[in-house]
Amino acid sequence: MVEKHFIAVCANLFQEKNVPRRYTFKGGVHPPASKNRTERLPIEPFPAPKKLIIPLSQHIGAPAKPVVKRGDRVLLGQVVGEGGGFVSAPVHSSVSGSVLSVGPFAHPVGRQIISVEIENDEKDETAALTAPIKAWRDAAPQELVQLIQAAGIVGMGGAGFPTHVKLSPPSNKPIDVLIINGAECEPFLTADHLLVLERTENFIEGVLILKKILNAKKCYIGIEENKPDAIKRIVSLLHNARLREIRVCTLITKYPQGGEKQLIRAITGREVPSGGLPMDVGCVVQNVGTTVAVFDAVNRGIPLYERVVTVAGPGVGSPKNLRVRIGTPIIFLLEACGFDPTSVKKIIMGGPMMGLALSDVSVPVIKTTSGVLAVDATTPALRTYPCINCGRCINACPINLVPSRIVKYIEKENYQAAEEWNVMDCMECGSCAYVCPAKINLVHWLKLGKYHIQASHAAAAAGK
Amino acid sequence: MTNEQQPKKEPSDVNPSAADSTTPELLQLTAAPHLRQTESVSHIMLWVVMALLPSLAAGVIFFGLRALLLTAVSVAAAVVTEWAVVKFLKRSVTIGDLSAVVTGLLVAFNVPSTVPWWMVAIGSSFAIGVAKMTFGGLGANFINPALAGRAFLMAAYPSAMTRFGPTAFGSLSGIDGMSSATPLAQFKAAMADGSFQALDFQDALSDLFIGNVGGCIGETSALALLIGGVVLLYKRIIPLRIPLVYIGTVFLLSWIFNGTDAHLTTSAIIIPFYQILAGGLFLGAIFMATDMVTSPITPAGRIVFAAGCGALTFIIRKFGGYPEGVSYSILIMNLFVPLIERSTRPKMYGKVKRRD
Repeated sequence: MVEKHFIAVCANLFQEKNVPRRYTFKGGVHPPASKNRTERLPIEPFPAPKKLIIPLSQHIGAPAKPVVKRGDRVLLGQVVGEGGGFVSAPVHSSVSGSVLSVGPFAHPVGRQIISVEIENDEKDETAALTAPIKAWRDAAPQELVQLIQAAGIVGMGGAGFPTHVKLSPPSNKPIDVLIINGAECEPFLTADHLLVLERTENFIEGVLILKKILNAKKCYIGIEENKPDAIKRIVSLLHNARLREIRVCTLITKYPQGGEKQLIRAITGREVPSGGLPMDVGCVVQNVGTTVAVFDAVNRGIPLYERVVTVAGPGVGSPKNLRVRIGTPIIFLLEACGFDPTSVKKIIMGGPMMGLALSDVSVPVIKTTSGVLAVDATTPALRTYPCINCGRCINACPINLVPSRIVKYIEKENYQAAEEWNVMDCMECGSCAYVCPAKINLVHWLKLGKYHIQASHAAAAAGK
Repeated sequence: MTNEQQPKKEPSDVNPSAADSTTPELLQLTAAPHLRQTESVSHIMLWVVMALLPSLAAGVIFFGLRALLLTAVSVAAAVVTEWAVVKFLKRSVTIGDLSAVVTGLLVAFNVPSTVPWWMVAIGSSFAIGVAKMTFGGLGANFINPALAGRAFLMAAYPSAMTRFGPTAFGSLSGIDGMSSATPLAQFKAAMADGSFQALDFQDALSDLFIGNVGGCIGETSALALLIGGVVLLYKRIIPLRIPLVYIGTVFLLSWIFNGTDAHLTTSAIIIPFYQILAGGLFLGAIFMATDMVTSPITPAGRIVFAAGCGALTFIIRKFGGYPEGVSYSILIMNLFVPLIERSTRPKMYGKVKRRD
């Protein structure tokens, strides 16, 4: 690994004029990419099932408020939940049909979340679309942001932060850099890769829309070098269209290259301050899927009701990249990809590094579901050893924390010391636990510590 | 087990949609990441054992089969002690992690081949039973167990521990290889009585490098130790900075303060080479100062730690009553590890001035 970086650094030092620079960050790990089974498979549309569950909270921020009730007829693209505030996003129906119920349903995060259960009439009768703004080049940025907000677009890379919030920076934080995140550094996932390959023109137009809204001077598209076909396609399209203001940055394949802060560091050299947001250093980062969704909303008036999901893992026979209606229970995806329920031991929503293990296969695909992975019995049972202070977690940590020490504090319930050692800056990327030879569940402990610290802060705030 | 708790995840008992017979019966719920590297603590320990084998071979070549016997006794004593302690404490058996094997090997490497077998057994038992298990076993000890075992033997049986036998080949150089003194003791005596002749010691360098000199079983052959060190570096088990800074510090200090009032004469240049090759410096720098448990975890702390070991080794060798200083210098620096770790905390991403 070190040799690789050394070679990369040397290549950068002695590079010829036409050799593109390779960008990266410090730390990180190299899990096997395992993308070869799906990286060449075209995206297949997945038929909407008979019944869908559309959670009203698929994003960071206030949950949406239901605006339909049992028995209502809804159309494809109709709002079923409207935004519960500025940091929130509306939710749309992904089929036409009737509302069976509005109530708590199992959600990928492991809790019950108020959701709208819809019976599909399989007519796909489309609701009156929000008027697209074909002439977006002449439109006011505010108008475009409103349209994006109405389309319910949130960060589709995993966090689900409402996109219109990112696109409305306060006036004292000018944005000069727009970064499009096409790293897709999680193993197994190929949804963004295929989306870029298949809809390159739309993607680039989406980038231009975002760039116009933010009035960003510079625009970079960051893609890991394990997707050379996507890089080539984007570069040639940009070249043909003479779009010199957009630059493609080849990123070294390393996890978590697609972390927002790592990407900003790799491409611009800027560091987002602890506890701050990318806008504090003049950057906005948008995921590839989000960018295409912005194009769909602005140019075609289509709200966010479907997304591309990679269904993969050793537990499925024929992995696929599927275009799925939001609200489709994941069991249907797994069945369509030939999974064997007797051998599967774990089902993960998202990638293997940060994804959530699911207890219930009836949970639906939501706006942030980039993948569904089935892990079979061959996953080794982990035996833990005591920490031997090897320091690999420090080298792996992309933000230079000392995970093993923080975890020792948390194990002893010394949350104050854990906070003092910056546990709250941990983004739970899992690099430390991936390399740990003692197999300690570091991320679990870090999450637990953060949970207790947040709770104690909340209690202190309530006591005041 | 406590670390299997799932504070934020409550398995839902409601199964609303038509999740039918194809639903897997029991799904594992664990925190991310769901991928782990395969290398474990036992793998690391196994590699350390393998990296020690060239030195064991060198020990057997130069000191005869007795070296092998002592090593076997030492390893057996270490493993049996660990097994007995965990059985007595009714804990799960931990000998499978192989760390006791490593300790046993290192204790044997730190005694002369002439000590009685029961002595090395006592040393190993002390290393595991007192220096390691008393504090909670692997990962919890604060000083290097093997060095603690050596220090115990040095205190309990000083004469046996400093009586070194000749190597199987005698001496090939100007130094009398049949004498019982180690190269460092000879050096110290020569410096003290003014009989120091640079050329004698220059000829000894090649013997020192391959290990054909008096000393402890595993410490004499710099070559064999280097082979093991390269293996560990290649497997990323030890950080390069600890042996490099440790040996470098000893080299620099011995060169600067070489006692000849000159720095570019033959003697002045021979002395630092002699100092790093003689004694247990390579064994200590490659295998004992790099012990993960008892060295700092922070990258900068490792440099401070290694430099401290080097400085102490030099001071003990130069000014102490005892010619060798490696083991005590590492033991002393072990005690500073918590302090070093606290004061060399890595700079976190995002600890920058806000742009407001």
